[in-house]
Amino acid sequence: MSEQTGPGGTPATQERPFRLMIPLWVVLSAAGDLIFWFVAGPHVPPGGMSNVARGAQFDFNVLFVVALPVVLAVWVYMGYAIVMWRASRPGAPEPVGGPAARGNFKVQVAWIATTTVVVLGMFVFGTVELIVPAGAGGGEGPNPIWTPASKNILPIQVIAQQWKFTYRYPTFGGMETDRLVVPDHTTIAFHVTSLDVIHSFWAYQIGVKADANPGIDNVAFATTRQLGTFTVRCSELCGIWHGAMYTYGKVVSKSQFEKWAISTERQLAPNTKDLPPFAYTYTPSANGATGGYYTPHVDPYSKVEHYGATPQHPKVTQPAAATVTTATG
Amino acid sequence: MTVEIAPPTSGVGEVRPPTRGPASRRPAWFGQHVGTALVGMVAGYALGHWIGNVIASGYAHVQGSGENDVAIVLGMVLGVLGWLAGIGALNYPLAKLVGRDSVPRETTGWTRYFRYNLTHKVVGMQYLIMVLVFLFTGGLLAMAIRTELLSPTSHIYGPGTYISIVSEHGTVMMMMASSMVLGPLGNYLVPLMIGSRRMAFPRVEAFSFWCFTAGYFVILSALPLGGFPTGWTGYAPLQTEATAGMDSYLVGFLVVGTGMVLAGFNIVVTIIHYRAPGMTWGRMPIFVWSILVTGVLLATATPTLAVACLFGILDRTAQTAFYVNEHGGSSYLWENLFWFFGHPEVYIMALPGFGIVGEMLPVFTRKPLFAYKVGAAGMVGVGLLSYFVWQHHLFQSGINPDMRPLYMLTTELISIPTGFIFLVGLGTLYKAKMRFEVPMLFCLALYFNFLIGGITGVFLSDVPVDVTVHGGFFVLSHFHYTIMGGLVFAFFGAVYYWTPKITGKTLNQRLGKIHFWMMFVFFNLTFFPLFLVGLFDQPRRVFEYAKNLQTLNDVASVSAFLLGSSFLVFVANFVWSLWIDPKRAPANPWGSNGLEWQTASPPAWYNFERIPVVLADPYHYSEPTEVPVADLAPTNFADAAAAANGGGA
Repeated sequence: MSEQTGPGGTPATQERPFRLMIPLWVVLSAAGDLIFWFVAGPHVPPGGMSNVARGAQFDFNVLFVVALPVVLAVWVYMGYAIVMWRASRPGAPEPVGGPAARGNFKVQVAWIATTTVVVLGMFVFGTVELIVPAGAGGGEGPNPIWTPASKNILPIQVIAQQWKFTYRYPTFGGMETDRLVVPDHTTIAFHVTSLDVIHSFWAYQIGVKADANPGIDNVAFATTRQLGTFTVRCSELCGIWHGAMYTYGKVVSKSQFEKWAISTERQLAPNTKDLPPFAYTYTPSANGATGGYYTPHVDPYSKVEHYGATPQHPKVTQPAAATVTTATG
Repeated sequence: MTVEIAPPTSGVGEVRPPTRGPASRRPAWFGQHVGTALVGMVAGYALGHWIGNVIASGYAHVQGSGENDVAIVLGMVLGVLGWLAGIGALNYPLAKLVGRDSVPRETTGWTRYFRYNLTHKVVGMQYLIMVLVFLFTGGLLAMAIRTELLSPTSHIYGPGTYISIVSEHGTVMMMMASSMVLGPLGNYLVPLMIGSRRMAFPRVEAFSFWCFTAGYFVILSALPLGGFPTGWTGYAPLQTEATAGMDSYLVGFLVVGTGMVLAGFNIVVTIIHYRAPGMTWGRMPIFVWSILVTGVLLATATPTLAVACLFGILDRTAQTAFYVNEHGGSSYLWENLFWFFGHPEVYIMALPGFGIVGEMLPVFTRKPLFAYKVGAAGMVGVGLLSYFVWQHHLFQSGINPDMRPLYMLTTELISIPTGFIFLVGLGTLYKAKMRFEVPMLFCLALYFNFLIGGITGVFLSDVPVDVTVHGGFFVLSHFHYTIMGGLVFAFFGAVYYWTPKITGKTLNQRLGKIHFWMMFVFFNLTFFPLFLVGLFDQPRRVFEYAKNLQTLNDVASVSAFLLGSSFLVFVANFVWSLWIDPKRAPANPWGSNGLEWQTASPPAWYNFERIPVVLADPYHYSEPTEVPVADLAPTNFADAAAAANGGGA
């Protein structure tokens, strides 16, 4: 880069643009960041219904606070440029070409160094925020490598199909219901799978999103923190009624949950008897996703061990009513 | 054919398009043109459909549907071949196959735009019109989507129709955006900018265009075939269970993808081998750099898509099971193949926009391009890194969850070379003398929009945040801000900027400003509310949403209609300024130093009377002594070339 010379190549001009820009930028950034953090921040989705939701909210707010000064830096600069460095401004000085205008070595190095530091900082922050809350509520596949420390994890299986979610509670006799009820202050392992095409289980306010793939057990963890109702939507296009895969779930107190679970288990017992035994994945029939095109030689309810290595099964042979047992980790 | 490096020996007169001789007096409708191509397409479809029914009748893909995908796919494939044969694309290879030499047939006059023409300027113009056809088709579909989303609960279309419209919009727009700049402007301008008379492979170039055009018919055929429900991402196994419209998607991307590979390959070879003497890498216009990287990405990423589509076609017709989990395939395979293409594709759609603004900013600021080398390196860096980020589309899919930090890192790293583009832009604005002509307004708008699009991309790369915003309207807004806010704005800026070059006529500046302000304001009013809609849990591609999001959705919808109407202003301007009331443009209306402006407007068939000897990069503005960009009439060609290559650095 032979043509890069220092700022000495520029003829001296009276204009010192950064004397105005930098204070303006600092004030705007500080004000914007503070207002965002304290006014908007606590209300940023997905809220605080679980640890991972709170983590996602925190991440969003941190990224916003970092991003706003970057955006404002560009806007302040461009705004200044548009007002001051336009040809139509009376007395606008002639621009100066030549080597100094073609690249200032210090400016370029500073720019590259700053962006690199910011980006690497974001990466470290994001990685910590991903690993510490055990996958941050995202689907971690059949063998999660980051698991919650809790010893009492409630496994709930989410079975997606066109165009409905149902839930199986292996610790309650493997009952299958279309109501998602979860206890408060409990770590939950969502085992998400599909019977036909790819769906995505999105429990919005508790900050969980995991794709439902046929034949694959996709695990996501969350620890509930607040009582309330949350939205469940499918967030992967799954066919014409994708928009209608829209239900609600509930976080209730632990005692309420046990009451609900035990009574529902009893209520559903006749149905549960006819269900296939609990498995991590199901292959309902060869007439599913493929429209009956393929020869049906597949064992319909095989516990197909799927992508990757064998997952650890929860102990579901004995319906362990009323206790929340360890499933994973 | 040898590389035309030497100047024509005796004046301009000899360098004329080869004519047909006496036969050229035949009427215009005679010979091969779009009409015969259409006939070929219909005949090919009928033949393919018939063959398919003969070899595989009763071979229903979906039980009880009576639908035979073998017939439909064969119909489409033979229809495309019929189209190519009808336009005359196969004449030369077939003649060579039987040992004959083909006679060069270049026509002049307006009918050449409807024929298989090998001149890069004609192909560029053909691409321009076709890209606009694609764009307006996709735009109408977009407005249809926004019409449905005016109300959270009452519906205009059935869910099947709605999802078909969404899928068609996405696919048409992606096909369009992949070729939006490289097709028209790359083919037209790159030879002019590098001082060449032609592209490296004119037949490949024309072939790529007619593939692109055939792809338009194939993807449109999805609508009469019942549409497809997968969106532009085409995820299997939904793809496998879909009805016949899905074949249009798979064959369409196969055909358009073939064109993209060829177009990219051709332009890369052209840039490497057809630069005029003295056009060193360090003097190459930044636009050419962006097209070079785009071409490499097109030529190397698109084959993955073509293969993925081929697998999908085989799954649907020949009972293979690439994407069927219970038969040993994997639904992750499509996701991986698709996004391995899909992410470089994103930069195929971003880089040309960067190139365009890099090219125009110096002209309208009267300053050299700041940090040119860093900018070029940034483009190459973006191109390289784009191959290492694709699994950020699959953060929640359950595949390779332990790799998520790596993909988070690579994704965030891409913002460093993308930042170089901002360094170039902001540095060039520094103490400049900006003229707010219409192209310059579009340049500034790109920086405004792409900043928002890029920063929101960092949010998406952060896995915890991505858990909330993935698959929702936040992502949708993000990529509309980068592709529409970046590429489409740059494209229209380029159309206003280079129309005087291409046609010799100026577009009306007042109408241009109206177009710009409508487009800029309503683009932002359409897509900014959708960030919030996405944060407040509206997934993409739904036809029902929460009632409390209606206001934001309605703002977006109404703005979308007004955004659509801004293109009517453009069309009116285009038609008015070029045909109804044409105004002769000055030779160099913007005062550009670019090599393409040093020749006549519109350029003669041969571009340059003599191959210029390039002496400097085109960014020497506001310097005490004028630095000529090239010697346009080198007297002693060999000496000048040696001097330019050796002494100019």
